[in-house]
Amino acid sequence: MSPYITALRAIVLREALRFVHQRERFLAALVRPLVWLLVFAAGFRAALGLSIQPPYQTYISYETYIVPGLCGMVLLFNAMQSSLSLVYDRETGAMRLLLTAPLPRAWLLFCKLLGATAIGILQVYAFLAIAALFGVDTTPSGYVAVLPALALAGLMLGALGLALSSLVRQLENFAGVMNFVIFPMFFLSSALYPLWKMAESSALLRNICAANPFTHAVELIRFALYAQWNGMAFLWVLLALGAFMALALWGYDPARGLVRSKG
Amino acid sequence: MTRNDEGLSVHAVSYRYGAKTALDEVSFDVAPGRFAALLGPNGAGKSTLFALLTRLFTTPTGRIRIAGHDIARAPRAALARMGVVFQSPTLDLDLTIRQNLRYFAALHGLSGRDAERRIDAALARLDIAERAGERTRDLNGGHRRRTEIARALVHAPAVLLLDEPTVGLDAAARASITDHAHRLCAEDGLTVLWATHLTDEVRDDDRLVILHRGQIRADGEAGALRGPSGLTDYFLAETGVDPAVPPGPAA
Repeated sequence: MSPYITALRAIVLREALRFVHQRERFLAALVRPLVWLLVFAAGFRAALGLSIQPPYQTYISYETYIVPGLCGMVLLFNAMQSSLSLVYDRETGAMRLLLTAPLPRAWLLFCKLLGATAIGILQVYAFLAIAALFGVDTTPSGYVAVLPALALAGLMLGALGLALSSLVRQLENFAGVMNFVIFPMFFLSSALYPLWKMAESSALLRNICAANPFTHAVELIRFALYAQWNGMAFLWVLLALGAFMALALWGYDPARGLVRSKG
Repeated sequence: MTRNDEGLSVHAVSYRYGAKTALDEVSFDVAPGRFAALLGPNGAGKSTLFALLTRLFTTPTGRIRIAGHDIARAPRAALARMGVVFQSPTLDLDLTIRQNLRYFAALHGLSGRDAERRIDAALARLDIAERAGERTRDLNGGHRRRTEIARALVHAPAVLLLDEPTVGLDAAARASITDHAHRLCAEDGLTVLWATHLTDEVRDDDRLVILHRGQIRADGEAGALRGPSGLTDYFLAETGVDPAVPPGPAA
């Protein structure tokens, strides 16, 4: 077997094992979007009337509307959490072990990214399954079509986390980054409200939302859930993935000095 | 290939953190099959040197060769011939000894029966074969260190780098680890670079390189260098730092 594939398998497996060992993390990953879906959405459905917009063909409930956004939220939290573990790994030395493997650094980082994304996708499907139990569901083809959309969105958000983890020097600083990344990304997006609704309040906010890669990740997932294609969202997510990955590779460039040490 | 090509060679390596010079024109060679102690007080530049040796970061000045491979030009060939034990622990505590070694083997492209055979051999070499199924969380500090050394041997490296591997261990575990490393050198022909700030880990027939404030202060056979005075006194005279005084938490 190629050493590339051997390493990929081991890194993904390690991520999976690590996740299995952290049951609280899985529980939190499930409870978080469910609270939004079952509590927040229930309260808001009355306040927000949603008219017909693609990909929906009829009036939809608010619960139905926010499911793709919550899928994105699961991916976003997962990506930030796994990059948090990267910062931790770097401080403890596990990252050093990984980076001294005789493989291109870009490949090793990509393996990490892939492992984290796979776990994020599992979480999303677990969430979708529970949402379906509460009657918020889609077609079988939608559940299949959403897989590549989740993969691409997960990779994009994971690459962002990877880039952040390389640029943030210490674990303590990372908590701040979470606040400055997760909340703005989530709220300044189409996850909770459609952009045209946002435009009614502020054109500026609407434009910020429209430029947010997370919006496009959510829209890609939203259309895919109904087995529909959103080329614009796809391009945006792909572009953001490329940009974040480039930033991450720059951040982890050995000539920049990854692990600042005192001795 | 000359003999020296299989060992470790550091030539005119400098490194700066912004305005602070961490390493200043550091040069030394370790012949194949030799045990070299890199002795220096905390903050001498040992960890920076290790980061450069393991390509965690790179420097445009100077040249580092591992078993004949230039780490700047052929980083992957150099890394493939190098085993590393980092100062901070790098074991996955939720996994068993064997699982930890399997993960590492896979990072080096080894899997299946070949990997298992190498893992068995490495564990036997460090006398921890019978504990392979235990979770590393349940091991004491000495055995965790031994596991990390065994792991660094799985891919049969020519050069073994250990960055203060005895930090945080009690006297017995420290002596045992030091002894294991010397035997790897004497019996298996490994080139060993052992960084430490403790003079009692250095033996008279070891190669001794003293690093202080980023510069090489002494380089030769430990017994000959120290002369009639003890190594501790010699070290004190060279660096002005008393190794007997506990330096506080390791950097």
